Amino acid sequence: MLKKISNIGDCGITCDFGDEVNKKTNKEVIKLFNFIDESVKNKKIRGILNYTPSYNKLIINFDLEQVKSKELIEFIKSNDYSKTIFSEQSKILEIPICYDEEFALDIKRLEEKTKLNFNEIVKEHQNTDFFVYMIGFVPGQPFLGDLKNNLYHDRLDTPRVKINKGSVGIVEKFCTIYTFESPGGWNIIGKTPLDLFNIKNKESSLLSPGDSVKFKSVKKKDFLTFKNEELF
Amino acid sequence: MKNYFKILRPGINSTFQDTGRFGLQHLGIAPSGCMDKSLFFLANKLVGNEISEGALEFAYQGPLLELVGESALVAVSGKVNFNIINNNGEIKQGIPYESFILSSGESLDILSTIDSVYGYLSIFGGFKLEKTKGSISTLVRAKIGSNNGEKLRLDEKIFFNKSSQNSKINKFKFDFENDTTIRVMKGLQYDYFSKKSQGDFFSKEYEVTKLTDRMGMRLEGKKLENMKSKNIKSEGITKGSIQVPGDGQPIILLSDHPTIGGYPKIANVITADYDKLVQKTPGSKLKFKLTDLSVAESAFKDYIKKLNFF
Repeated sequence: MLKKISNIGDCGITCDFGDEVNKKTNKEVIKLFNFIDESVKNKKIRGILNYTPSYNKLIINFDLEQVKSKELIEFIKSNDYSKTIFSEQSKILEIPICYDEEFALDIKRLEEKTKLNFNEIVKEHQNTDFFVYMIGFVPGQPFLGDLKNNLYHDRLDTPRVKINKGSVGIVEKFCTIYTFESPGGWNIIGKTPLDLFNIKNKESSLLSPGDSVKFKSVKKKDFLTFKNEELF
Repeated sequence: MKNYFKILRPGINSTFQDTGRFGLQHLGIAPSGCMDKSLFFLANKLVGNEISEGALEFAYQGPLLELVGESALVAVSGKVNFNIINNNGEIKQGIPYESFILSSGESLDILSTIDSVYGYLSIFGGFKLEKTKGSISTLVRAKIGSNNGEKLRLDEKIFFNKSSQNSKINKFKFDFENDTTIRVMKGLQYDYFSKKSQGDFFSKEYEVTKLTDRMGMRLEGKKLENMKSKNIKSEGITKGSIQVPGDGQPIILLSDHPTIGGYPKIANVITADYDKLVQKTPGSKLKFKLTDLSVAESAFKDYIKKLNFF
């Protein structure tokens, strides 16, 4: 349920669905996202620049020359978006991952914090059936859940200035894959050779919210010789 | 394709930009677009283009470019030190905010921005650029947009549309905003910070550090103490959000911002003060002033009025 709408600066609002992060809440967010998408395409509301779903929030950015937050908030409150369809996609993608120590930058710290050894962490990660909650941070980057709570860990206090493309990181019950070299604060446990994003494709992102993901361990020599074309 | 600039020196961070790429943030694609909208608009107006035409944005040291082909009407906007080098090698100082004709064989040497970061080069008729998902803007980090998503590189050619029809020289007076106060509204997680830190944020100075680019501006100053949680559920980002990671030093997210972030946000810079903000060089000291939505909206009206005045 939509709990609260607040302003973010003068050209954004956030629609807050509460603190719970689970599939049920996330589907409500996607419903409102779909409703805004339809409203923009059918020209029922003007000036909308971006609408970005996350686990439990939808953030909407607009052009202050065309619309103000008051008008947009009234538009959302006066429409029943709950009937908008959430299309559950059943795509299951297997993602290769190499847990070699060269790539698993934070595994030592995780071993200390979680009291699990390397093999236990890897096994736990591979056995998880992940749900794609959202895409973002950088293009095509998926946010996956849910890990069991024995792997929970906070993000780094000071984010790294540079994390390599393909790095797989975990924070709390979530897992992500860095699709581009970027700064970031997640605990890195491995790396995938698979390209998840290509701007030239009609659907630029390989994954969409609602998809399922499983990780499959690959040896370092297979990682180094992996060819992306084979998968498309 | 005989009209082009040859890049004899690319500059530090020269990219093609327009007003941005929208409607794709849910796939992780940041809006990007010009950092300083006022100067971008101005550059286009100076040569008689549509104000949204793609222009070349440069930061600190700009490019050295030689014109090959027909002469063209060009303009530089910003506090910029630049020269025009003619066929005999004679050097003439360029004047920003004033369009001029550049002839074949002449070079434009954009030496540096002065006490500011960004400037723009425009050409009548526009550069020959292809839109990617609705915009020519370059997002270097994701290799999206003009010039194969790259900054300008040495020896490459950048083509422009035939422009000989227009030779009308325009001249504007533009006053740079030098004051160091940036107006903000409370961020979504403002209440996460201690009363003392909320006070510090609005009374102490914060210095712009060298770790600043089109994506974000890292500040250094009085540490901001988070009383609630250093991590939040990752949520969508808005340009101008001021996030505070665990080390207590604020980062302002700029045009190439990540689309989603997990650090608490203490405040958001209002749209009317964004251009002023992005022009602050490393070492500059900023002060934040708390304001509310109605003030921000009326400041935006004044900002647009000023832009339309040109």
